[in-house]
Amino acid sequence: MKATDVSHPDYFHKVVDCQWACPAHTPVPEYIRLIAAGDYVGAYMINWRSNVFPGILGRTCDRPCEPACRRGRVEEEPVAICRLKRVAADYKGDIAPLLPKPPQNRNGKRVACIGAGPASLTVARDLSPLGYDVVIFDGDQKAGGMMRSQIPKFRLPDSVLDEEVGYALGCGATFVANRWIDSLKGLLGEGYDAIFVGSGAPRGRDLDLPGRKEAAAHIHIGIDWLASVSFGHTTKIGRRVVVLGGGNTAMDCCRSSRRLGGVDVKVVVRSGFAEMKASPWEKEDALREGIPILNYHVPKAFIQDNGRLLGVAFEKVAASKDDKGARVLTPTGEPEVVVECDDVLIAVGQENAFPWIEKDAGIAFDRWGMPKVDPLTFQSSRPDVFFGGDAALGPKNIITAVAHGHEAAISIDAYCRGEDVRLRPPPMTNLVSQKMGIHEWSYDNAITVDRRFKVPHAELAIALKNIRAEVELGFDPKLAAAEAQRCLNCDVQTVFSAPDCIECDACVDICPVDCISFVPNADSEERLRASLNAPSTNPSQAIYVSTPVKTGRVMAKDEDLCLHCGLCAERCPTGAWDMQKFTLDMAQAGTSCQSRA
Amino acid sequence: MSFLPKPKFHHPALAVNALGFTHRDYEGAISTLCAGCGHDSISAAIIHACYELSLPPHRIAKLSGIGCSSKTPTYMLGQSHGFNSVHGRMPSVLTGANLANRDLIYLGVSGDGDTASIGLGQFAHAMRRGVNMVYIVENNGVYGLTKGQFSATSDRGSKSKKGVENLDSPIDLVALAVQLGATFAARSFSGDKAQLVPLIKAAFEHRGAAFIDVISPCVAFNNHDGSTKSFDYVREHNVALNALDFITGRSPIEIDYPEGAAERVALHDGSTITLRKLADDHDWRDRAAALAALEKHRAEGEIVTGLIYLNDEPVDLHARLNTAKKPLNEMGEAELCPGAKALAAINASLR
Repeated sequence: MKATDVSHPDYFHKVVDCQWACPAHTPVPEYIRLIAAGDYVGAYMINWRSNVFPGILGRTCDRPCEPACRRGRVEEEPVAICRLKRVAADYKGDIAPLLPKPPQNRNGKRVACIGAGPASLTVARDLSPLGYDVVIFDGDQKAGGMMRSQIPKFRLPDSVLDEEVGYALGCGATFVANRWIDSLKGLLGEGYDAIFVGSGAPRGRDLDLPGRKEAAAHIHIGIDWLASVSFGHTTKIGRRVVVLGGGNTAMDCCRSSRRLGGVDVKVVVRSGFAEMKASPWEKEDALREGIPILNYHVPKAFIQDNGRLLGVAFEKVAASKDDKGARVLTPTGEPEVVVECDDVLIAVGQENAFPWIEKDAGIAFDRWGMPKVDPLTFQSSRPDVFFGGDAALGPKNIITAVAHGHEAAISIDAYCRGEDVRLRPPPMTNLVSQKMGIHEWSYDNAITVDRRFKVPHAELAIALKNIRAEVELGFDPKLAAAEAQRCLNCDVQTVFSAPDCIECDACVDICPVDCISFVPNADSEERLRASLNAPSTNPSQAIYVSTPVKTGRVMAKDEDLCLHCGLCAERCPTGAWDMQKFTLDMAQAGTSCQSRA
Repeated sequence: MSFLPKPKFHHPALAVNALGFTHRDYEGAISTLCAGCGHDSISAAIIHACYELSLPPHRIAKLSGIGCSSKTPTYMLGQSHGFNSVHGRMPSVLTGANLANRDLIYLGVSGDGDTASIGLGQFAHAMRRGVNMVYIVENNGVYGLTKGQFSATSDRGSKSKKGVENLDSPIDLVALAVQLGATFAARSFSGDKAQLVPLIKAAFEHRGAAFIDVISPCVAFNNHDGSTKSFDYVREHNVALNALDFITGRSPIEIDYPEGAAERVALHDGSTITLRKLADDHDWRDRAAALAALEKHRAEGEIVTGLIYLNDEPVDLHARLNTAKKPLNEMGEAELCPGAKALAAINASLR
């Protein structure tokens, strides 16, 4: 095999599993080290630059980083990355002086953003300081989009939301409240240089079952109901509630119901418990609040009597695999199950809706009714209109919307300057030795055996009384420091220099997870993996192959379980191994990336 | 060296031996030797050999003298018995321990100073008595703890780190061991675990005095140009007489070798070693040939490694002395102190 090209930014980036998995590629280990050191301001600013909403995401993120975390492969549970982020936000104090100020001079370009959700706010934050005149339109009174309307206050208090939305807008953008854009052509006529569509996926899917129309007064669409609760229009729900659907919206619906008078609240899903779309921790939170989840029940009809809802009828199904190995649900033939209830919340998915984009506005749509958007530039078929967030590629999550926002901002900037939007500025990368002495490193390389710490929760009785009382209390600094120590510092890379190696085997002998081998080179990765000292069972993780050492063998390191403890480098008599910190900062719109492009 | 304890986490799919241990269960405290020390590689080879043989750690006794080499038993077999004796006196202490408890598995670890200088006499008598032990010399040709003076195994003409030439003749410990009556004599290199681990395993299975001289470069004081015990020099001048495959009785593996190229030797417990000849002129059963081979390759400036001499029907110290079959700690008071009458009878028989 050819020697690994570690100069390619992707190689070491991929070793930092959390950063690689994050849509915005936030440098996770770097800010976790700062949290451990008590530098909450530094940790917050790294996050703010990368993901714009550290306090919000520290409470509500879908956490793609955590399933990717190497710690989860070494022991049972990943580092509580998301909740550590919240610690930075909770304890940072006043950071306002560190934020960019609105520019003194505008560049004369005007950008309109439709919808004031995370994608638009990111575009505004990135472009305003550069001199763009960014105007955000939203139908609601306050900015925040789905973060405000759909996420219950007991998970995300208004104070946190207001603060971070304020920081994004404070960079110089204009927010126009209560203006629902109902015509793209109309907005195009207002002479903007570029338009960004960040209108989300605002339509909740309905279930067209018998009895739906008759009992409509007691059957609600999940996201609409959540918005209504959020804005204080809805303050009550029946004693017995059935929530249909197994995603995170369903979890928010059932937990909100428990706080508005629902005593007997049930979630009913078609799939099995394990296949539910909701994040495991959100399911856990629902169960903790005494909400049972019934699985393998397919809703068949709403049972009503003259408009009064009596219950929902379900058919029981079982999961099996078809010839192609795909999962299918087949009725078990058991009698229908009727779950009695006073109200039903339907949370079976969200859809995009663009009734306000005229057919002749120049925006091409695919056959699923989604705009044709370049996934690299987020430009639509109309060069001056860009999409991002749920509006671009379908419903995902906040952090994905933020990532789209950054990319769209780069594109809008390039477009407004008349440059090729497909020429993407590369990330800033750096690789620096962390050696401070014979066996001293700039990072804490001792490996703690602590298991994941639990975030303290408010007492259930208190939490259920007030829909605005935050359930999670967050780590205190002491717990945060302990949890931060669990991070394996995967960004501190093991860098090998074959010409310096004397093949003394010291690194092989000391490696606690047997990830280093010196073997004859092989003609395929599969053969090389089979020849390593320890089983190489995770092909998604790379093998770091060196150029030949003196005896003609190669050093082959399986990146899968490396603890980044640095013992290989401590034991190396010649410095052939070194621990070097890999930094990768994604490019953002602005002069710094223009000079690089 | 390192200040950190080695992290407890290990590869989750690590294989276990017949006792249910991973190789990590045979480790000891973290080494305080210099980074890259050949001795650490030998420790790792011993760990792997014990793990692969499924030796019960609590039945192993590791003994050593003084020196860098003699520190290493701390860095392996943390669950075993250990004794750090006086300089050069490991063979006597081990002989005594062996006489008292013949059931333990004895590992003596020593260095070129501890064995070839201060302990030469001790070494000689342990070999000639046929003490059932594995005697490993971690041979770096230099007094590392006192900063790099030539040791008794330094080759004539080898240069010190400061460029001074050694004018004395070296002691060839393998030749000495063969002459003195060791029934298993081998040489290997710390940088070649593929050769060293099977040799250590075979030595553990050998029921007699098994001696292995392991060349172990001293990265701090003897790994420079002009040294004859540096990684580069040993790799360039290494001539392996044979390659050894160790096959345990529990899992016989049939490997096809070309006719005449390999020879099988049954060991006491049903396990087998297969010796593949690399140099066709060497007969490892022949003591005189072993000594001749050592001399011939020495004269040609080569370092000969592999299994150099083996007597596969050894008679150990206990057999020669016709001692009791049970360890002393398993005997009762009546057996250990038969009383005045028995003593009188013995005395009478000698009059």
